[in-house]
Amino acid sequence: MARVLMKGTEAIAEAAIQAGCKYFFGYPITPQNEIPEYMSGKLPKIGGAYVQAESELAAINMVMGGGATGTKIMTTSSSPGISLMSEGISYIAGCEIPAVIVNVMRGGPGLGGILPSQADYMQATKGGGNGDYRLLVLAPSTLQEAVELTQMAFDLAQQYRNPVMILADGFMGQMMEAVEIKEHISENLPPREPWALGCMKERGGKRAILKSLYLNPEDLERHNIELQKKYREMEKEVRFEAYRCDGAEILLCAFGTTARIARSAINNLRNEGIKVGMLRPITLYPFPKEKIRELATGLKGVLVVEMNMGQMVEDVEAAVCGKAPVSFFGHAGGIAPSVKEIEEQIRAIL
Amino acid sequence: MKEVKIYERPKSWAKDVHTHYCPGCGHGITHRLICEIIDELGIQDDTIGTAPVGCAALMYDYFDIDFCEAAHGRAPALATGIKRTRPDKIVFTYQGDGDLASIGTAEIIHAANRGEKLTTIFINNAIYGMTGGQMAPTTLIGQKTTTSPFGRDPELAGYPMRMCELLATLETPGFITRVTVAKPKYIIEAKKAIKQAFVNQIEGRGYSFVEVLSNCPTNWGMTPVQSFEWTESAMIPHYPLGVFKNFE
Repeated sequence: MARVLMKGTEAIAEAAIQAGCKYFFGYPITPQNEIPEYMSGKLPKIGGAYVQAESELAAINMVMGGGATGTKIMTTSSSPGISLMSEGISYIAGCEIPAVIVNVMRGGPGLGGILPSQADYMQATKGGGNGDYRLLVLAPSTLQEAVELTQMAFDLAQQYRNPVMILADGFMGQMMEAVEIKEHISENLPPREPWALGCMKERGGKRAILKSLYLNPEDLERHNIELQKKYREMEKEVRFEAYRCDGAEILLCAFGTTARIARSAINNLRNEGIKVGMLRPITLYPFPKEKIRELATGLKGVLVVEMNMGQMVEDVEAAVCGKAPVSFFGHAGGIAPSVKEIEEQIRAIL
Repeated sequence: MKEVKIYERPKSWAKDVHTHYCPGCGHGITHRLICEIIDELGIQDDTIGTAPVGCAALMYDYFDIDFCEAAHGRAPALATGIKRTRPDKIVFTYQGDGDLASIGTAEIIHAANRGEKLTTIFINNAIYGMTGGQMAPTTLIGQKTTTSPFGRDPELAGYPMRMCELLATLETPGFITRVTVAKPKYIIEAKKAIKQAFVNQIEGRGYSFVEVLSNCPTNWGMTPVQSFEWTESAMIPHYPLGVFKNFE
């Protein structure tokens, strides 16, 4: 497929189809409706299924069922919808079922607003649902990256038998950009037959039980220790982009669309001779803490810029570990931090 | 003398397990019926169950078939995802009255209304058993529970919900029936109904729903015998047995 001009939501949908996703369960919510709309038109034609659920609660449980058969499966929603899905996400993680969940974030808390936001950072990286579980969280900054991360998400979900979240903001969902979407063939993934529902024959008559209930506390502890072992293994998936960090005196930390805006500010300031660079986490969980510490040590300051009220700051502070002062600038959503505002913040640190 | 085996454990009953159910509980009877039907239809390797939250949460330990746990009330949505991705398999939900008629009302109505090719076994014992005997949407008027200590008052809690009748107002679902396991004569009828609900799915005929009036001797404060007498004398008048829809 050649480069085509596409809306972010549709690019994510097509990327999923090209990665082999034939089943989609969702519920309408702004600003991500083009994904279910796109899927409802395409999937029945390729032998798959689109089901419009009665709620996000139902949608995520359909995803759990589809994932439980070892099938590539996706749902998409936006912030309040993801809150409703959090119960199911906890079960999916607890039962170790692969699934891909896209959150096209809008403002909060509560109904918040329908404009772009990054205010679900904590919900995505630190839970949302109950219990000790983790998602792999991928945060694209361009539509091309959204395409690639969406396709990678299906592989990661199968590889770790874990839910993977694409954390995009409303800008990424609604803007148009030239993208190239290639067919993605998964390679070397573990087979579904040893664990998935519907493969009893292939297992020679051995049943599969997918559950997260362990009434015996020792069994529950063992299950949790196994999960933690997996989450530590997932740490090797850490991804980031270090942008113009050479000789930087100030380090900016931002993800998604905000990082894209920050890039312009960095270029302008570099032209003026101000030494500033950026570390952009691509995986929000696992978080690139070692790289941030390495880059931040001894600098004049680390500035975290987000389209929320400072949710990533505590992760950056933990990573920097006192080796440089950390400050924050952001807007609550709907309003994006501007290039000019970011430049002013950097100048104030100098 | 030649030995003839006339009664044995169903093949799809897991080996060497004993249920955690209270003595006299209807879950054991209904579980056995489902296992017998799975055996008779020869679908053990092709059947996938979804376990509810409630007394039957551990039912996956007792069935030698694939199983997935469901969050409280969400089994019809979970089963939808399983069946849509594996239409070649036989998928059923097994849900209690708190699960299906309270927290999962939306899921059951919409799975039925989409005509998912699923089978639902709905155990109605007019109470929350697992959590210790609280009022359910199906608790009868005047019935005392731990959260209706003066008896269910329709002024405060409304009237007990009849799920078969409610679902039968929908155009899509194919087979809706109410049975009971209160006495042997009823159990024979119950087995026929549950078997038809599975056969419907094998034949790709759409959604089937079997409500089973059961009991809860522990939380009703009765002996097993008294409790099944109460199912018959108190529950059946409010929840009449019969077929409400059959692919008409």
